[in-house]
Amino acid sequence: MKDTDIKRLLYTHLLCICSIILSIFIPSFFLENFSILETHLTWLCICSVSVTAVNLVLYLVVKPNASSKRSSLSFKVTRFVKCCVYFLMSCFTFHVIFVLYGAPLIELVLETFLFAVTLSTFTTVPCLCLLGPNIKAWLRVFSRNGVTSVWENSLQITTISSFVGAWLGAFPIPLDWERPWQKKVSVGRGGHILLNITWLMRGGLTIQTRAPGHDSPRCWRL
Amino acid sequence: MSKMQKISVLLFLAWVSFLFYAGIALFTGGFLLTRLELSNHSSCREPPGPGSLPWGSRGEPGACWMASRFSRVVLVLIDALRFDFAQPQRSHVPGEPPVSLPFLGKLGSLQRILEIQPHHARLYQSKAHPPTTTMQRLKALTTGSLPTFIDAGSNFASYAIVEDNLIKQLTNAGRRVVFMGDDTWKDLFPGAFSQAFFFPSFNVRDLHTVDNGILEHLYPTMDSGEWDVLIAHFLGVDHCGHKHGPYHPEMAKKLSQMDQVIQELVERLENDTLLVVIGDHGMTMSGDHGGDSELEISAALFLYSPAALFPSAPPEEPEVIPQISLVPTLALLLGLPIPFGNIGEVIAELFSEVEDSQPHFSALAQASALHLNAQQVSRFLYTYSAAAQDLQVKELHRLQNLFSKASADYQRLLQSPQRAEAALQTVIPELQQFLRGVQAMCLESWARFSLIRMAVGAAILAAACFLCLLVSQWATSPGFCFHRLLLIPMAWGLAGAIVCAGLLATTELKLDPVILGAMAAVGSLLPFLWKASADWGSKRPLAALLPIPGPVLLLLLIRFAAFFSDSFVVAEARATPFLLGSLILLLVVRLHWEGRLLPPKLLTIPRLGFSAPTGPPRHNGVQALGLGVGLLLCIRLAGLFHRCPEETPACRSSPWLSPLASMVGGRAKNLWYGACVGALVALLAAVRLWLRRYGDLKSPEPPVLFVRWGLPVMVLGTAAYWALASGADEAPPRLRALVAGASVVLPRAVAGLAASGLMLLLWRPVTVLVKAATGAPKSRTVLAPFSGPPTSQADLDYVVPQIYRHMQEEFRGRLERAKPQRPLTVAARQLGSVYSAAVVTALTLLAFPLLLLHAERISLVFLLLFLQSFLLLHLLAAGIPITTPGPFTVPWQAVSAWALMATQTFYSTGHQPVFPAIHWHAAFVGFPEGHGSSTWLPALLVGANTFASHLLFAVGCPLLLLWPFLCESQGPQKRRQPPGNEAEEEEEPLMEMRLRDVPHHFNAALLQLGLKYLFVLGIQILACALAASVLRRHLMVWKVFAPKFIFEAVGFIVSSVGLFLGIALVMRVDGAVNSWFRQLVLAQQR
Repeated sequence: MKDTDIKRLLYTHLLCICSIILSIFIPSFFLENFSILETHLTWLCICSVSVTAVNLVLYLVVKPNASSKRSSLSFKVTRFVKCCVYFLMSCFTFHVIFVLYGAPLIELVLETFLFAVTLSTFTTVPCLCLLGPNIKAWLRVFSRNGVTSVWENSLQITTISSFVGAWLGAFPIPLDWERPWQKKVSVGRGGHILLNITWLMRGGLTIQTRAPGHDSPRCWRL
Repeated sequence: MSKMQKISVLLFLAWVSFLFYAGIALFTGGFLLTRLELSNHSSCREPPGPGSLPWGSRGEPGACWMASRFSRVVLVLIDALRFDFAQPQRSHVPGEPPVSLPFLGKLGSLQRILEIQPHHARLYQSKAHPPTTTMQRLKALTTGSLPTFIDAGSNFASYAIVEDNLIKQLTNAGRRVVFMGDDTWKDLFPGAFSQAFFFPSFNVRDLHTVDNGILEHLYPTMDSGEWDVLIAHFLGVDHCGHKHGPYHPEMAKKLSQMDQVIQELVERLENDTLLVVIGDHGMTMSGDHGGDSELEISAALFLYSPAALFPSAPPEEPEVIPQISLVPTLALLLGLPIPFGNIGEVIAELFSEVEDSQPHFSALAQASALHLNAQQVSRFLYTYSAAAQDLQVKELHRLQNLFSKASADYQRLLQSPQRAEAALQTVIPELQQFLRGVQAMCLESWARFSLIRMAVGAAILAAACFLCLLVSQWATSPGFCFHRLLLIPMAWGLAGAIVCAGLLATTELKLDPVILGAMAAVGSLLPFLWKASADWGSKRPLAALLPIPGPVLLLLLIRFAAFFSDSFVVAEARATPFLLGSLILLLVVRLHWEGRLLPPKLLTIPRLGFSAPTGPPRHNGVQALGLGVGLLLCIRLAGLFHRCPEETPACRSSPWLSPLASMVGGRAKNLWYGACVGALVALLAAVRLWLRRYGDLKSPEPPVLFVRWGLPVMVLGTAAYWALASGADEAPPRLRALVAGASVVLPRAVAGLAASGLMLLLWRPVTVLVKAATGAPKSRTVLAPFSGPPTSQADLDYVVPQIYRHMQEEFRGRLERAKPQRPLTVAARQLGSVYSAAVVTALTLLAFPLLLLHAERISLVFLLLFLQSFLLLHLLAAGIPITTPGPFTVPWQAVSAWALMATQTFYSTGHQPVFPAIHWHAAFVGFPEGHGSSTWLPALLVGANTFASHLLFAVGCPLLLLWPFLCESQGPQKRRQPPGNEAEEEEEPLMEMRLRDVPHHFNAALLQLGLKYLFVLGIQILACALAASVLRRHLMVWKVFAPKFIFEAVGFIVSSVGLFLGIALVMRVDGAVNSWFRQLVLAQQR
């Protein structure tokens, strides 16, 4: 049971990473002038959409929490609507937090908001898929002894590392190296998306390759 | 016993601060070279010394100390033109090509001229003096002195040169000076040029803007003939060095371009014109400069004139001369007086008579130029040594004797020309010896980094930080002894100082207080390091040696590392709120993570049914979240009051930093004025509300009365002063005198009120209703099963809590009799917040005069400051468990957050760590007419304005320890809310009295708090010092790192003094509370 879970976990993470990498290369076949540096906003949209899609598909295929007792259509619809509302709310919350952290209020509002959306897709969407629109469960998972399964453990680690990655992305902003990527990035605090993504990928990769071995003791203890 | 402990804690803190000061002073002595700037000027009418001027030049029109040889000069300054860039390439083996490097042999036109016209041109290797940064070099090349980083006496607000200089002499003589190139000259010589084309020098990556701009204007200007002196400052070579280094092919292109320029200029020169091509400094192998390595200080100097200049052909190897030799040479060649502060030596060769073949006259001409020069230098030395003491006295005497001898020889030579030839052979070397001696002496004291001092200073700082870390850990261990802690280092320090003094006395050197202090510091640090290494030997776990928790350690590391990057130092104003926000979110998340935010039933998992709640949640989750968001909001709002550093041209400073008087438009001004006064009133109301909640404003004690009546008067005074200051120009003429008088009196009155309030607070710090307490207890017996007078400390320890309880009951009884409905809280809560009430009152009293020194709209920031520190304290208190009966600790995250907030407030009150950003107008608050000759008072006012946040946060530091005890009161209060609990035997919260009950732990906690705060600040100053010494070759060292170090050092001193005062205040309150209890005991005995 645990071993199969861990295996499935590994595959889902690999798929997620693949989707990010593909979102860099695939669009250049369809769109003209596409590159990460020049049209970073488009790329961000594509990236978050693909990550969301992969998450949803995986959720439908793998079904890590197969405990939904009621399965009527109306229940599903309300659940879906609730999820959408939660997602939007998390986007706006992140946006507000970024502004509080120093992002400009009016200029670059699009960049800031897109960054919020991206961060939401990396953090809120997996939470919604795994735990559903259930704030109490979320709070439980993100506290010291609240994790009950491998899935929740991986969720905890990836979400926290996403936040840390986003946080680390702020550091190159003040540097005056005048590299082209930095010019894009240093437009504002909201603009440090690119770096965040790379950090997300890197952070995700290390953790996900490490996750199976690392998590097993805790699983056994539980 | 307890008093001894207090004294030893305070002394220990003072001693640790002294260690830091010693380290800072020693480092500063090695790193920051200082010199006094004299404002005297040379003039044509005043010859530098007695004796007839040579050649009877006084009669000639336009002639000055010496007749002019050239009427026009073209000065081409190629930034960072190293000597070997211009050196002619000779292949040692004929037929074999010389070594090919991008920077070698590219200035071919120089070589051609030297070969074709050997009597017209000369190449020198000029030695620049450190610091080899462009601005300092430009100063040197125009004043002839040795500029240091801080030229004392200069005006910090601008970079304009106040010393006598060539440009000033030129404009005084009515010459037209045309400038083109680097815009640094605009700051140095504002308005001095008859025509100027400035180009921005900021972007080091831009190789061409400045050069192309010059080339566009150079030839047309030259052809127009409307100039006497033409200065062109090319930056391309320097920028190419910074960007690519000298070994890049781009350097070859740049040098070839310069070669082209020189060639074209030479073709356009006329007979009366001198061409000077000079590099202001060199560059290292990597293309940087600023320090004193051979490659940095060797620069090229090339002179050429269409008329013959030199009697002989150039030597095989170019002569080596100091760079500042150019200044007296140019001055005399152009017929100007030599600038007053010049210490350069004329290039004697240039003053020989070329046409006259007789060597005798040539030598005489050289001697007279040298003599003039020597007279001027001697006059400068005399004036300087009268004004400053930093030159060596012995050497000074020796040089003066040398000069008088040479001068006498020269006079004799003039009077008896028959024995001239033999005399000339002695006079010229004597004069040269004098001039070189002066230069060497000045160089010794003005222009040399002392690496040993820097290293030892940094080492002392590091050791002091380590000491703070170590002792703050020992302080909480159970068997901690205060006396041994203090006496041993004092003894060792004294021993070190005495040994050092003895050593210095035996070697007959001058006693330098800095070195003496450093020796004392080292001496007293040694036993600690010894003890620490002994502990290390006994294999303590490493975790115990590094007690800082991971995230906070990471934060401190980031902060430490950020001082090593000029970008991060420049961006610190934005980075600090970011780090502070991160720390705050981390605190909130951590509270949640540890399960203190939510009731445990939410977090337990129903199916598995296990839970490990870590104590009952003291805080509502929503409340903690609200605190966090409120803090972030406050920080963001405070960030709106932001002043931009000069280094970021794209950034715009907040318009709200300017005083209201500068605003036009009555309506907006009135609105802003209303907002400012509103902020004042809100601040006052908040403080009073807080005091009413935690203490009692009804007590008749003088400090309480002062808070009730004095503070509103201060607010009124401040508001009235602002009204006058912002509308002074609009006042009707009749009232001018009144307004002027009021704007003198009002600020002084507010400051005086604040001072008297502080005095009252120190005099009677306990604000408890004593009368009610002493009057009552006669009717009852003391509950203690104890009789007889309390003789020992143990007795007191036993009796005092009982009395305290008893007193509460007394109050209850009295209150119940008087007003049966009222809850029973008054007296106990007063006593429970006695320490923090004193600290908060002191902070408020300090804040008002400081507020007055700032621009009006900064009052909003002060309001935010109080608000956000209140929120932070609440948030921190939620995470600190109260461990009765001690030991009490203040966690590292609290101290780091406090220090970060101090830095953040420094920036959000409109400051930046650079000299031009200092708020000079603060010196005129209360003194609109200026201060006359006194300097300490304006310095104090400006310092108080600049370091207001450091001071406030340091004084408020003890609140970090006290606040968790204050928050204790909230729990029981809530439970008392339902009616009908009168019968419940509820213990009144002891709050801060818990601290008083265990004086040993209380003192240890205060010591620990102080040391932790000093550690966090010490890390910053250590990082600044290390950054300044490691990066002393960096392009930005004098613009970013050195000012940052100075500000950080002064900020540290202010903070440590504030911390000392804050802790001393708490101890004073503690002493007063103790004596109050003792009086109670005595009253009950009777």
